[in-house]
Amino acid sequence: MPDDTFSAMRQSIIDGAPSTAADLAQHAIADGTTPLDAINHGYVPGMHDVGEQFARGQMFLPDMMASAEAMRAAMAVLDPELKKQGAERPKAGIVVLGTTKGDIHEIGKTLVGTLLTAHGFQVHDLGVDVSGEKFAAKAKEVDADIVGVSALLTTTMRNQKTVIEALEKSGLRAQLKVMVGGAPVTRRWADEIGADGYAKDAMSAVALARELMQKETS
Amino acid sequence: MLYLMRPKFTLLENPLIERMLDEAFQLIEDPGVRVAPYVEDLLRCAGITVKDGVAHIPEALARRLLELVPREFYLYDRNGRPAVHYGANHVHFDPGSSCLNILDPQTQQARPAVSADLVRLVQVAEMLPQFAAQSTAMVCNDVPQEIGDWYRLLLVLWYSQKPIVTGAFSAQSLHTLIDLLAIESGGAESLRQRPRAIFDVCPSPPLNWSEFASQNLVDLARAGVPAEIVSMPLAGATAPVTLAGSIVQHAAECISGITIHQLAHPGAPIVWGGAPAIFDMRTGKTPMGAIETAMLDVGCAEVGKYLGLPTHAYMVAGDGRFVDAQVEMESGMSALLGALAGINMISGAGMLDFLACHSIEKLVIDAEAIASAQRLIAGVEPRGESLAVEMFAQTGLTGDFLKLKETRSLFRKEQHFPSSIIDRGLTVLDGSDPTILDRTHQRVEELVASYERHLLLPEREEEIIAFAEREGQNYGWKGVGEILRPDYVSEPGLIG
Repeated sequence: MPDDTFSAMRQSIIDGAPSTAADLAQHAIADGTTPLDAINHGYVPGMHDVGEQFARGQMFLPDMMASAEAMRAAMAVLDPELKKQGAERPKAGIVVLGTTKGDIHEIGKTLVGTLLTAHGFQVHDLGVDVSGEKFAAKAKEVDADIVGVSALLTTTMRNQKTVIEALEKSGLRAQLKVMVGGAPVTRRWADEIGADGYAKDAMSAVALARELMQKETS
Repeated sequence: MLYLMRPKFTLLENPLIERMLDEAFQLIEDPGVRVAPYVEDLLRCAGITVKDGVAHIPEALARRLLELVPREFYLYDRNGRPAVHYGANHVHFDPGSSCLNILDPQTQQARPAVSADLVRLVQVAEMLPQFAAQSTAMVCNDVPQEIGDWYRLLLVLWYSQKPIVTGAFSAQSLHTLIDLLAIESGGAESLRQRPRAIFDVCPSPPLNWSEFASQNLVDLARAGVPAEIVSMPLAGATAPVTLAGSIVQHAAECISGITIHQLAHPGAPIVWGGAPAIFDMRTGKTPMGAIETAMLDVGCAEVGKYLGLPTHAYMVAGDGRFVDAQVEMESGMSALLGALAGINMISGAGMLDFLACHSIEKLVIDAEAIASAQRLIAGVEPRGESLAVEMFAQTGLTGDFLKLKETRSLFRKEQHFPSSIIDRGLTVLDGSDPTILDRTHQRVEELVASYERHLLLPEREEEIIAFAEREGQNYGWKGVGEILRPDYVSEPGLIG
């Protein structure tokens, strides 16, 4: 596979162009490129660039959403091919995500889920108004590495603590990491309720999830 | 002849407002508005189609119900005097509400708020005439979460005589809050006749009246306690990215809320209000100090005014984490715009860090910005038979206006004199050179020292204490005694 094709794949992610990303993936398969090569040398570096440009304030959230969409389009082509070959894209980690009980805001949580998925995490999004018990049940079912709990309201933020309590009650707390976020959430609050990490925005959540995975495996 | 003109800022031309309303009416019919089961029968009885939890509200019905909303009403102080006038271009300010954190007065770092902080803020706001109303400004982290809702209101009722902007955290707790207000007012009927408080009720964007919010609208209407819709479109995230599109969504959320409210009790008082914001495409945060957020506030209020309704907005808040130039620049600008827009209740003073933190120091600086805004909207008033000629007749070309009796009798009306917070070059007697934060700390201490609690009627005090002890004991809390003690002195952070 010539470098300029990998470069085009990377650019399709930066441009947020799903159809281009999918076309390039199909051509790559037809040309005999392994899906893992396309992912690791084309698309993932594109997401990496996007993350860096976002951090520098050169790309914005709508751009990021479009890049994640392009990544999803490419993976929709490559995943079946990976399965055919009996291979699997290495997972960055398994994350159970949701907004706390009593809170029906999902924009921040969805953004985090989209970006985590684009960065190779397997994300199970439980949606909004999720009880601690539901978080615990899903975490057990999928053998989660991380539970991410979002809250937008000062009143529902306190329910992040009840999620941690539910994980403790079900005996899962020691096996996984908990990260919290949302408009009213602070690092201090995260420390106070015994969360493992706090992210101030969606990109920081990706960095935090990676950091937590390193702790998880170390 | 009177030439007094009230300065006014207008953002939207009437044809644009009509177009916005036209689209808002389209939206409430199709795609419609998500509503809770609690109100489905109420809506169906009025001929509204409700399918799969979505109400499709016809424009003609919504317009008829809008006509029933009182164009004006009052909130009353503890003594039963009208103190906040919702309607027309009357402008009032109150502190921001329901904050979990406070900027510690000593360290100027954010920490969880406790009861003593709320008492102190209420005492300071009580002493500042710029605030026509109090708010249930903080959630107190030193009491059980289950009582936090009515406990905020308890403290404000206990330590303030001003009207209160509040809100319930759940459908159930609304009734506890109303019961508490009724005790203070001398009964449910007195509360209905002379409401001391107004309740914020928030739809969830886009176009969703949740179980809790729907129920609050209906129950407030039936109790005759004013409701204030706080619609919060986030432009680009939970609402169209354009300011015009977000104003349309705000209108649709308000109109659908008013539909529910007026069907529950026609003629009940309700306010067209909101806390819209832009969605920062770099951080995903919602900057309350952004100029576009202020434009949304003003635009939304203009649509409400076009319909002749009382209005509210969330302004005078900044986004920085400290009381600094950024925060005060943002807060001052939006205070000015809100006042010029003639918004009836402008909430948000004292808040910073995207509404995540309160600061009493910021509250008193904001009061200075508010005082300037209030001076501005008082306008330029012609005083006396002539504007200048008579004064020149006395001075000739000497320029000796300082000696004129007119100067002495009128300068206090013409000039607003800010407090010692604002540096106007007054000599500091001890020769020190205090910063604005130093001056603000001193001002806060002076305000707290000059505060004096006005007692309620003894039987009502007893009833309120009994209420608090009874409700508190349900959650194993017995701490009401100390904070309601007559000799209680609020020291920041001592309780907790």
